Amino acid sequence: MPSPCRASLLIVALLAGGCDQMRNDPRGHPLPETPPLVSTVLSPVRADPRAADYQNNAFQVSNGQLYYHWMNCTGCHSEGGGGIGPSLMDVNWRYGSTMEDVVQSISNGRPNGMPAFGGKMTAAQIWQTAAYVRSLSQHVPQSIRSGRSEGLSVGEPSTLRDPHPYRAVTPKQDEATVK
Amino acid sequence: MARNRLAWGLLAALVIIVAVAAVIAIIGRGDRATQPLTAYTAPALAKMPAAASVPGVPGEWHIPAGDYASTRYSDLSQITTQNVGQLKPAFTFDTGFLKGHEAAPLIVGSTMYLITPYPNVVYALDLTKPGAAVKWRFDPKPDPKSQGVACCDVVSRGMSYDNGRLFMVTLDGQVIALDANSGAQVWRTPIADISKGETVTMAPLVAAGKVLVGDAGGEFGVRGSLTALDEGSGKIVWRAYSTGPDKDVLIGPNFHPYYAQDRGKDLGVTSWPGEAWKQGGGTVWGWISYDPELRTIYYGTSNPGPWNPEQRPGDNKWTAGVFARDIDTGQAKWFYQSNPHDLYDHDDINELILLDMPVDGKMRKVIVHPGRTGYMYVLDRLTGQVLSADPYSYITAYTGVDLKTGRLQHNPAKEPVSGRVVRGICPAPPGGKDWNPSAFSPRTGLVYVPHLNLCNDNALSQPNYIPGTAYLGVEAKMYAGPGGNRGVLTAWDPVRRKAAFEIKEDLPLWSGALATAGDVVFYGTLDGWFKAIDARSGKLLWKFKTESGIVGQPVTYRGPDGRQYVAIFSGVGGWVGGLVSNGFDHRDPTGGLGIFNAVQDLPKKSPRGGRLYAFALPR
Repeated sequence: MPSPCRASLLIVALLAGGCDQMRNDPRGHPLPETPPLVSTVLSPVRADPRAADYQNNAFQVSNGQLYYHWMNCTGCHSEGGGGIGPSLMDVNWRYGSTMEDVVQSISNGRPNGMPAFGGKMTAAQIWQTAAYVRSLSQHVPQSIRSGRSEGLSVGEPSTLRDPHPYRAVTPKQDEATVK
Repeated sequence: MARNRLAWGLLAALVIIVAVAAVIAIIGRGDRATQPLTAYTAPALAKMPAAASVPGVPGEWHIPAGDYASTRYSDLSQITTQNVGQLKPAFTFDTGFLKGHEAAPLIVGSTMYLITPYPNVVYALDLTKPGAAVKWRFDPKPDPKSQGVACCDVVSRGMSYDNGRLFMVTLDGQVIALDANSGAQVWRTPIADISKGETVTMAPLVAAGKVLVGDAGGEFGVRGSLTALDEGSGKIVWRAYSTGPDKDVLIGPNFHPYYAQDRGKDLGVTSWPGEAWKQGGGTVWGWISYDPELRTIYYGTSNPGPWNPEQRPGDNKWTAGVFARDIDTGQAKWFYQSNPHDLYDHDDINELILLDMPVDGKMRKVIVHPGRTGYMYVLDRLTGQVLSADPYSYITAYTGVDLKTGRLQHNPAKEPVSGRVVRGICPAPPGGKDWNPSAFSPRTGLVYVPHLNLCNDNALSQPNYIPGTAYLGVEAKMYAGPGGNRGVLTAWDPVRRKAAFEIKEDLPLWSGALATAGDVVFYGTLDGWFKAIDARSGKLLWKFKTESGIVGQPVTYRGPDGRQYVAIFSGVGGWVGGLVSNGFDHRDPTGGLGIFNAVQDLPKKSPRGGRLYAFALPR
C-alpha cells in the first residue's frame, strides 16, 4: 500500500518530469567523444550543447551513478552529503552548479583538494558523472534520476528523497528539551 | 525413556544453575550499591612511572598529554571541588578559523602557544599582558590541496615544546621547528606526500632529542609510517613503516612479540594478498607515549586499507596494533595486534597511558589503553602481554579477547559480507572511543575516559585504488547505542577492572579529559558545555557554555599572577563535528562515512567557532 505522500510525489514527478523523458530517447543517441573543456579563469566556457543531452537522459545519469561509485567519489562526497569533500545535495556550489562547471571540477580538479579525473575517465564518462552529481541536488527531473542505488546501500534511493531543492529550515521551538 | 530422564535431569541442573547465578548477581549488585560513591578510591592505587615528567617547570604544559606517560594530570590544586563553582573566564582568544579545534594549548613560562586547524597558524600569547596579547604569529602556508585528502576535517591535535623550540606539523606534512621566543622558523622537513593521500593531523612528540611524527590517510590507501627527526637539525634519523618487509618496519633481532600471532618473517608482506600492503594503511595519527627509563616509545597503528575487508584477506600486519620501539634506533621491541584483519575501521591509535600498578598482587609496569574495539586493554609494557581486556563500552561485534593467544574473538553474526546489509554492529567505526584522550589521576587511581555509544549498519562495495582518492568500500550508517545517549564519560578503575562511575552524555564525546590534584576532572561536550566534575563521585560541580562545540583538549597551568588557569579550545569539528564545520548535509545517512546520521541534530545545537577560553578563580 503506497503512502498518500509517496503517491502524490509520484504524480508531481510525472507532471514535472514525465514530459522531458517522453521527449528524449530513453536510451540516448550516440554522443561524440570530444576533448574536455579547456578551463580559463577569465573566459569560462558556457552553454556547451552537450549539457542538455546528458542531463535530460536517464541512461546517462544512471551510467554516471556507476562511475560515481567506481571512481571512489562516494569516499569523499558520500551519497551526496559530503564528509571529506563538500556536500553535493545542497544549494551551495563552491565552483558553480552548471553542467559545464561540474564537468570542469571533475576533469581538472579544484584548488582546495578536488583531484583531477581528466586522465582517468573519458569525456563521455565525465559528462555522465556530472549529470549524476547534479541529480543529487535535484537539478535533474525526478523521472530521470536513478530509482535504486548502485549496489547495496544502507540509505534510501534518491527518488524517495524530498523532490524540492534544499532550503534552510527554521528550527522548531521544542529543540531545547533535554533527553 | 532413558534419554527422557536424562533430559529432565539436565533441565533441573540448568534451573539450579540459573537460580544460583541470579542470586550471585543480586548479591553482586547489592554490594556495588553500598559502595559510597562520594569517596571512591581504588584499593591499591595505580601510579605514574617515576621518570614520566617532561623537563621543565611544574605548573607549565609542554606537550599535549602533559607528561610522557600521557596521564593529562596536573599537580596544581588551587582549583578544588569546593571552589570550582566560582570559575570565570579570565580571557578568550579568537583564532579566526572555523574548522575543528582539536589541539591542546601549550604553556611555557608566561607564554601560551596555540595552533589552529588548517592552515595551521601558530599564535604566541603573552600571558603577562591584559587580555593575553599576541606576541607573534606564524603562518606556515600549507598546500590548500591537502584539505581534499584529510579524512574527516582539517584538524591539528597540537604541538610540542622543548629547549626553547616549538615543534609543529602542517596538514600537508611539513614538520617545522620554531624559535619559541621570536616565532622564527629554524628548520622545515616534509615527511608526507599529499598526492598519495598522506597528511598529518597528530601532535608531534619531542623526546630524547627526536621529533616523532606519523602520517594520516588510512582512508586513502597510504602506507603508514612513523618518522623520527633530529630535534636540532630536522634531519630524518629513522622511519618505521607499518607494512612491508621487516627491514622497512625496523624489525630486527631485538623484536620479541609476546604472542605467536605476531611472530614470523616479513609478516608485513605475507599477511596481505599480493602487493596490497603498499596501500595497506596502518597510519600513525594518534598518540605516542615514552618511558625514559626503558628508552622505549609506545604507539598504535591505524586501520588497514581499504575498509572493505574482503579485498585484503589475512592478518594485515602491522595495522591495528601497538608497537614498542627503541627511541634511538626505531627498532621494534614488541608488537601486539589487538585487531588482526580489522573489519570495522577499529584503529588502535588511541592513547597509551603508562602506569605502574598491582596486577594479581604484583606490581607491574603496564599500559592502560582504551581501545577502539570497546575493550580496556592492560598490557605489560616490557613484553606486550595482554594482562586483561574488559569491555568499557557496549559491544556486539566481538565476544572477547583470548588472553592465551591475544586474539580478538569475532561475533560471526556481525561480520560484514558482500550482498548483505549487516545491522546492529557495535561499536560503530569510530569505536568505543576515538582519538580524544583520557586522563588519569594518581589520587583516585581512576582513568577518566570520554567516549562514544554508537552502533551502525554496514554494506560493502568494491573500491578501486586511485592515488589521492578515498579508498573505503564500506557504506555505514551510525546511530545511538542502547540507552539512546551517544556519549559517555567513564571513570575506569584499572586495578579492579571495572567502572567506578559513568556519566551519560546526549551527544558523542569528542573532547579530551584533564585531571587535577584538586580532584576535579574537566571535559567538554559537542554542544559547547565545558564541565568540571568531582573526580571521586562524578558529581557535576560547574559548567560553562562556550560559543561552539568542544572537541579540544583541556589543559591547566599556573599563570604569571600565580593563579591556576584551565584552558580549552571551543570550535566544533573533527569527524563527528565536520557536519557543522564544513557545512555538510545531514540528510544523507551515509554522509561523513556514516556518522552524520548519528548527529543530525548537531547543526541546531552548535554553531561553528574557533575560540580559546582560559578560566580562573576570581582574585
